Amino acid sequence: MPRVVFLEPDGRRREFSVPAGTTLMEAARQHGVDGILAQCGGACACATCHVYVDPAWLARLPAREDMEAGMLENAWEPRPNSRLSCQIHLTEDLDGLTVSVPERQG
Amino acid sequence: MTRPAIHEDSTPPGTVVIVGGGQAGAQAVDSLRRAGFGGRLVLIGAEATLPYQRPPLSKKYLQGELAAERLPFRHRAFYDEHDVELELGRRAVQLDVAASVVELDDGRRLDYHRLLLCLGATPRRPSWPGANLAGVHVLRTVEDADAIRADVRSGSRVVIVGGGYVGLETAATLRAMGCEVTVVEAAERILNRVASPESAAHFGARHREHGVRIRCGTGVARFEGATRVARVVLGDGTTLESDVVVVGIGAAPVTELAARAGLPCDDGVLVDAHCRTADARVFAAGDCARQESTRYGRRLRLESVDNAFEQAKTAAAAMLGAAAPHDRVPWFWSDQYQDKLLIVGLAEGHDRRVLRGDPQSGSFSVSYLKDGELIAVEAVNHSKDYMAGRKLIAERARVDPAALADPRVEMKDARIAPGTSH
Ligand SMILES: Cc1cc2nc3c(=O)[nH]c(=O)nc-3n(C[C@H](O)[C@H](O)[C@H](O)COP(=O)(O)OP(=O)(O)OC[C@H]3O[C@@H](n4cnc5c(N)ncnc54)[C@H](O)[C@@H]3O)c2cc1C
Ligand code: FES
Repeated sequence: MPRVVFLEPDGRRREFSVPAGTTLMEAARQHGVDGILAQCGGACACATCHVYVDPAWLARLPAREDMEAGMLENAWEPRPNSRLSCQIHLTEDLDGLTVSVPERQG
Repeated sequence: MTRPAIHEDSTPPGTVVIVGGGQAGAQAVDSLRRAGFGGRLVLIGAEATLPYQRPPLSKKYLQGELAAERLPFRHRAFYDEHDVELELGRRAVQLDVAASVVELDDGRRLDYHRLLLCLGATPRRPSWPGANLAGVHVLRTVEDADAIRADVRSGSRVVIVGGGYVGLETAATLRAMGCEVTVVEAAERILNRVASPESAAHFGARHREHGVRIRCGTGVARFEGATRVARVVLGDGTTLESDVVVVGIGAAPVTELAARAGLPCDDGVLVDAHCRTADARVFAAGDCARQESTRYGRRLRLESVDNAFEQAKTAAAAMLGAAAPHDRVPWFWSDQYQDKLLIVGLAEGHDRRVLRGDPQSGSFSVSYLKDGELIAVEAVNHSKDYMAGRKLIAERARVDPAALADPRVEMKDARIAPGTSH
């Protein structure tokens, strides 16, 4: 079970072990991570699961697909390390993945 | 999320009871605790499962790509940590607004200070002969989805009645599972009145490419079979051999509990912009509620994840005394095969439509304007236009139709700066 770390908007650190094969968004939602709304439940339709990925981890994630890139382009304060957490599938390789949650989701 | 203490100076309601543990009910729990509500919180849900998301029921869950344990919004531990009393598999049967008491189906009576009705909607069941035959399904709950899954196998002949979102998504999923699928739609086209002709044509073509037959312009006359459905007979006399039928002809708001309590209902429990019913202590949100919309200046009842989510937030805040009315731009999505339809805003009342991009390319959008203002965007496989549209619509931006029609211009740049005439 890979561990993931969320830094909530107020700076609080939340760390969880999550089953491989689920998404980063699901980990956040199950535990009620502050600032992740994930309204569409992972359909890549709401952009309310936006996170900033720790630059050290960015290159280890599969690239964004077009649909995700399009959502992020007009999301709230997109940055080069922006991702939709519902599009990140957790694997053992991602053990320790660290992301921070934006102050707002749109 | 930790539970902040109750603020002594405010007058928080002591007990909040939520009836209905779906999208809106689950969100209200979250919003109440997040806002610092420290009183007793009870969630009564007729379904035995933890509150869960319905969209996958016609999509990945039905197909077997999303396991049942991934449907709930939150684990049980979340409700325990936040001191939420879950009464699952329990139904509220009686509401006495004068006494502020709700009665459960096991006879218990719960006093409340604030009550939130998140009762959802129930699929319309056809009155055609044979509608009660085995093999005729509707799709609303995980139980319904399981029943359909158990009833179909590769090669099953399936008739889907209704070419709306639930019907078409189910058609796409069952086709991917190897079924022989026919969609029957009484109107002249699929997605009639809920999507543009371009989007409907796009999805219709996709279905046909995948081998789904679509028959528009004829309704169902009856279902035939001994104990199980064997044939669907259409209004024009056509007979379709069928092993399984899924009826997706819309849903009706669940209002009985409220109506019997004397709360005004009219195609939904009537609520104001704060999700308050005629009784100041009773609120309603989600599919069951028909709201006085600040933005649209009329009563609206919407059936969508977004609406349930946002109204639950509004209701939770209002129950705790906050003043912000609900004023969000609604949005919706649908997934069929690998294609995604994204809609933001409401097109009703538009005086102009602008197409962006070539529908033949499989990625385009349709914008709706009213008096120069962008009021809705419908995007097929085009998340960028959808997101740009979301912002422009929320800001009530006026847009330049010529710029909008030109895909080389970014949609966000089609905005006309305030004060400029055009
Ligand atoms: C198959 C399907 C696919 C969908 N796909 C999409 C999609 O892609 N995008 C989108 O935006 N929307 C979609 N929707 C719509 C969306 O799921 C609903 O709008 C949303 O679930 C509404 O939330 P709600 O809380 O109002 O109602 P529900 O989620 O239906 O919850 C209501 C709950 O209240 C319970 N209840 C009713 N009466 C009582 C009582 N007396 N006592 C106790 N409990 C009671 C019900 O059993 C139910 O569990 C889909 C819906 C379905 C059915
Ligand atoms: S959860 Fe909606 S886009 Fe990720």
